[in-house]
Order: sequence, then structure tokens, then C-alpha cells
Amino acid sequence: MTTAGGGVRELSYAEALREAMDIALASDPRVILMGEDIGVYGGAFQVTGDLVHRYGEDRVIDTPISELGGAGVAIGAAMTGLRPIYEFQFSDFATLAMEQIVNQAAKIRYMLGGAVSVPVVMRFPAGSGTGAAAQHSQSLEAWFGHVPGLKVVQPSTPADAKGLLLAALEDPDPVLIFEHKLLYKMKGPVPEGHYTVPIGKAAIRRPGRDLCIVAGAIMVHRALEAAEALSAEGIEAEVIDLRSIRPIDRDTILDAVRRTGRLICVYEGVKTLGIGAEISAMVAESDAFDFLDAPIIRLGGAEAPIPYNPELEKAAVPQVPDIVAAARALAGGRL
Amino acid sequence: MPEPAAAAEDNRPYIIRAYGPDALRGALLRMFLIRNFEEAAEASYMRGLVHGTMHLSIGQEAVAVGACLGLTESDKITSTHRGHGHCIAKGADVGRMFAEFFGKETGYCRGRGGSMHIADPAKGNLGANGIVGGGLPIAVGSALSAKRLGTGAVTVCFFGDGANNEGAFHEALNMAAIWKLPVVFLCENNRYGMSTSTERSTAVPRVALRAAAYAMPGVTVDGNDISAVAEAVDAATARGRAGEGPSLVECLTYRWRGHSKSDRNRYRSREEIEAWMARDPIPRFAALLVAHGIMSEDEVRAAEAEAERVIEAGLEFARAGPDPSVADLTRDVYTTEAP
Ligand SMILES: Cc1ncc(C[n+]2csc(CCOP(=O)(O)OP(=O)(O)O)c2C)c(N)n1
Ligand SMILES: [Mg+2]
Repeated sequence: MTTAGGGVRELSYAEALREAMDIALASDPRVILMGEDIGVYGGAFQVTGDLVHRYGEDRVIDTPISELGGAGVAIGAAMTGLRPIYEFQFSDFATLAMEQIVNQAAKIRYMLGGAVSVPVVMRFPAGSGTGAAAQHSQSLEAWFGHVPGLKVVQPSTPADAKGLLLAALEDPDPVLIFEHKLLYKMKGPVPEGHYTVPIGKAAIRRPGRDLCIVAGAIMVHRALEAAEALSAEGIEAEVIDLRSIRPIDRDTILDAVRRTGRLICVYEGVKTLGIGAEISAMVAESDAFDFLDAPIIRLGGAEAPIPYNPELEKAAVPQVPDIVAAARALAGGRL
Repeated sequence: MPEPAAAAEDNRPYIIRAYGPDALRGALLRMFLIRNFEEAAEASYMRGLVHGTMHLSIGQEAVAVGACLGLTESDKITSTHRGHGHCIAKGADVGRMFAEFFGKETGYCRGRGGSMHIADPAKGNLGANGIVGGGLPIAVGSALSAKRLGTGAVTVCFFGDGANNEGAFHEALNMAAIWKLPVVFLCENNRYGMSTSTERSTAVPRVALRAAAYAMPGVTVDGNDISAVAEAVDAATARGRAGEGPSLVECLTYRWRGHSKSDRNRYRSREEIEAWMARDPIPRFAALLVAHGIMSEDEVRAAEAEAERVIEAGLEFARAGPDPSVADLTRDVYTTEAP
């Protein structure tokens, strides 16, 4: 983390994102915000808040309900001198803009032999837990992690949300930020001023000797809660916060597997063909495989759309008891 | 850019009134260049020098050249899968274009893009597109940049009659209109999207009618008449530069060749093709220049010969270029190497 110095305050995740956009708008005239109802409404999750009052409608631009076109406009603007931050109202609506994100933003630089870059930032409120059901609760980050040319991050703390957004703005290529909706109100210490968190670097949130849990976004918090409970039972779990899924921090993950010999991947996206499959394969293909003392466990989203009923909704994605149970099963042989 | 309007009683065609002799001669040369380029590209394909397919614009040269005639290098265009003509009209070097076809490191995209992705950002060409309608929102973004950064540039967005049924078309026109952006939506209506005629694909008889839904002017012109194309586009760019917003210009034209190399022309008749070939835009413009004393017949023939020479030299440059190295397969996926 590179810091400009200054104090540290408690801010919510949403406030931290807003502060990052505020800093960017104030310091760089090329920065514009675009999205549906991000102006006087303040954004569906109040992330842009009052920014329109300070920077005006020419820089905090309410778009029509046109995700494909809106994403494309942001991409075209990024190619020609602006630094747009495009907010999707829900990450699910990225399905309407796949063409522009996947065929255009991700590939333009490569197809043109490096003649232009596309420095666009896109923000996606993601994840379940709000009772919004199947079309407003998905975790699609792995889809985008599958596309060379994109960078995909998933901050789990207010400080990282700010630092990764500022890093995304400095990045010359398209960066997609998946923000978990349940984290928007979560508070945490956030440094003042401008700083960046490097894209592609995981963070060890809790060291541990017995097993490692690799997680992202809200799952980091569930893993930490599980680790606390496990510690009381004498099981010391390391918790790694992925922060970035493309590029993914291979070194930090493999090193933790070598040290602990046991791995649990926890992610909210559908389990099959998800982030956990990638991490497991990464371990299986490396020398870290020889350090494994037990099979890898993947805890991912159910093979079903996110349901409405609160009990069903909870059951559809990994929860703290699931992580605790998996860790006990895994550590059982050794402890 | 067109020269100041001449006296009102001057009833010569628009292009003769608005442009000087050098610009007019240059326009004819570019039309010859496009025609020769396409023919040479086709011949290269037949000889197995081109990997993949290509979409030729023979017969549509007046649209590309007429639309770009009044643009400066800081003005932008977005192009389509049928984009060779747009590229040449915006000033691209045919040698680097051929090199791209041949997959060479010396091509516009270093052999990574091919025919469907040629771009020339230095000349304001933001690129062809393999996705029908893909360039429409990007053109609006380019116009948004121009407005915010105060560059005074306009963006001409080429698209086909087939693209006007994509959602991206409607989203892009609406946003350009609500934000009054300097874009000219330039529809090359060549009557077909692959095999599907506009009668079968499009609910309105003219694409330009759709402009009304987005409160912008929409005109339909003879796309084989370069003067009519230039007149409509120049009016639209003037409107854009004056901050009055976007326009839609529909140019009626025809592609002589099949959609791509796989086309067997089962959806149209020989008579239809021949009728349109009789309306060749190039001799038509040449005759106009001769009639108005801009060029002699000999000078027209010399321009054609000059185009052939440039194409020959371009082919030679392209053939001589090095192939990309396989070691560079993943270069330029990102601007900076991934950590
Ligand atoms: C989104 C998308 N759908 C379909 C295609 C396949 N395709 C390529 S060109 C084309 C026809 C396009 O017609 P039009 O826009 O009229 O352009 P023209 O080929 O006539 O110049 C089709 C269907 C594509 N490339 N992209
Ligand atoms: Mg067509």
C-alpha cells in the first residue's frame, strides 16, 4: 500500500469508495462518473452520494437505463482521453453489457497491436444476502476473471475499496471492481488522502499454522469469524484475502499451502467452474501439491439461482458454520 | 474541411462549390485507391496469402470518401467489418493495411487484428469492428470526450443497415441526442445484412426515419453520389461542431461482391447486381470533375495509374514485412506486464 500520509478514520465501505471518487474528481479533470441514478439520487446503494452537487451533472452523469450503450460510451471515452468510472446498478446487469466489456474493452488493445489502451473503471454491486433474489444477487466475478485483457478486483475492507479504486484509475487497462452489497455499510479504518492498493496482491488477514482459507469479498469476513471459533478449539487457520482475481496472487496462495498443508477455498460464486477450481488447479499443478496433507475443500455457491426466502438464500452460499465444519473435517486427521 | 459557401446563384454540385481542386483530385485518387485495394486484397485472398475472411466494399467508395472529405485528422471515425474504405478515406497507409492482412508485424495491428480490426488512431480512426453495432456506443464515448475536453472534434460513426436493428444502435443514438454530442451516425445502407434485405429486417422503409425517435435530423441520400454524401455529412458535422447534437445520414449504396468469401449470392439476382454496377460511383465522380474542368480525361487516367502504383508498392512493402514472433503471443494484452 502506498500512502500519502495523514490520519486514519473510521469510514464505511461506501464512504471509502466515495472518498476515492471525490479525490479523483478533484485532482484529475479527465475523471467522470457515469451510471444509472448516480446523480441526485446518489446511486442505488448511495455510493456516489452527494458527488453530483460538488462536481456537477457534466462530470457525474446520469445515464439512461442502457447498460450496453452506457458501458460502450465509457469505453469510447476512455479510448479518447477521459477516465470514466461506470457504475452498474447491480452486477447482474453486466449481462446486458457483456458485448462491450468482453468483446470491446478487453480486446481492443490487443486487437490493435497495442496502438491504444482502454483505461476504463467499472463498478459492480455484487452478491447475495439482501433478499433481492435471483436477478439481483449474483456473483459473476469469475466470468470476467476468465477474460484476458480485463483486471478484476474484489475489495473486502473500506481501506482496500478506496485504495483499489484509486489504483484502478491509475491503471491503463480496464479494471472491474466487484463490491459486495453487504459490505457497503461495514466500517473500518481508512487512511486519509490519496493512496493505492496494488492490483494483483492478496493480503494475509490472519496468520495460522494448521490450514489456510482463501476467500474474497464478504467471504473473508466469514472466514475470519470461522477462524476465531476454530482458534478456541485449537485449530489455527490462516485467512488469505484474494483482493484481486485477475491477476491472481499465486505466490501468496502457494506459499500458504506449503506452510499449512491444508486448503479451503471459499467463494460466493457458483462452486462449479469457479474461483476455487482455479485455485485448486493452481495448487495441483505446482510443487505446493507435495505439501498437501489432505484433499482441498471448495465451499462455493449452490448449483441454483439465488432464492428469495431468507433461509434458502443463506443456504445458497457459504456461511460461517460451513467453514468451521470444513476446517474441522480437514484438520481432524492431524490434530 | 469544406471551404466557405460560394455565391447563392452558383448551381454547380455541392462538392465542386465546397472543395478546391486539390481536395477534389485527392478524393478521386482515394476512390481509386479503395477500389484497387479491394481488388488486390481479393486477388491476394485467392492466392492464399490472406488468412481468414474479408468483407469488400467495392461499389461503396463514394460513401467512405464523401463522408471523410470534410474531416480533419483530429476528427474521429469508428468503422465496421466492411471497413477498408473508411480506413483509406481517413488517410491510412495501404502498405500497412496489406501488411495487416498478411498477418505481419509491420501491419497496423502487428498482425493481431487482421481485416476486421484495422485501426489508425494517429489519423483518428478508432477501428473497424467484428461485432455488428459494436462501434456505435464507442463513437458516442469519443464524442463525449470531444465535448468534455473541448477539442472541437466530431466523430463519424459508420454502421450498416443490418446494425440498425441492434440494441446498441438505439442506446447510442438516444444517449448522443440527450447529451447533444457531436456525432454523425453514418448508415451505409447497401440493402442487405448478409442475405437479409432491409425489407425483411427493418420495420421502417428508411433507416433515416429512426432519427425521429431520437429527435435528431435524419436524411437519406444517394450513396453513390459523392457530392450528395459530402453535402449531407458536412451539414451534420457543422451541426455537431456548433453544439447542436448528432445527426443520422443514410447513404443508399450497394456492395458488388458477396457479403464475405463464403457468399453464393442466393438472395439476389444477377440483374440486380448488374443494375447497381451500372451506377458505379467512381466514373460518375470522374465525369463530374471533367465536366467542371477540375481534371482532364488524361488526368483521371493518370490518377488511376497512380493508385495502381501505390497499391503495388503497398503489396511489396507488406510481403517484405516480418511475421510476428510466437514468443510475443501475450504481448499487448495489458499495457503493462501483469505482476
Ligand atoms: C453481433 C453480431 N451479429 C452477427 C454478426 C455476423 N455478421 C457479420 S457482418 C453481418 C451483416 C451486417 O450487415 P450490415 O450491418 O448491413 O453491414 P454490411 O455487411 O452490409 O456492410 C453479420 C450478420 C456479427 N459479426 N456480429
Ligand atoms: Mg448492409
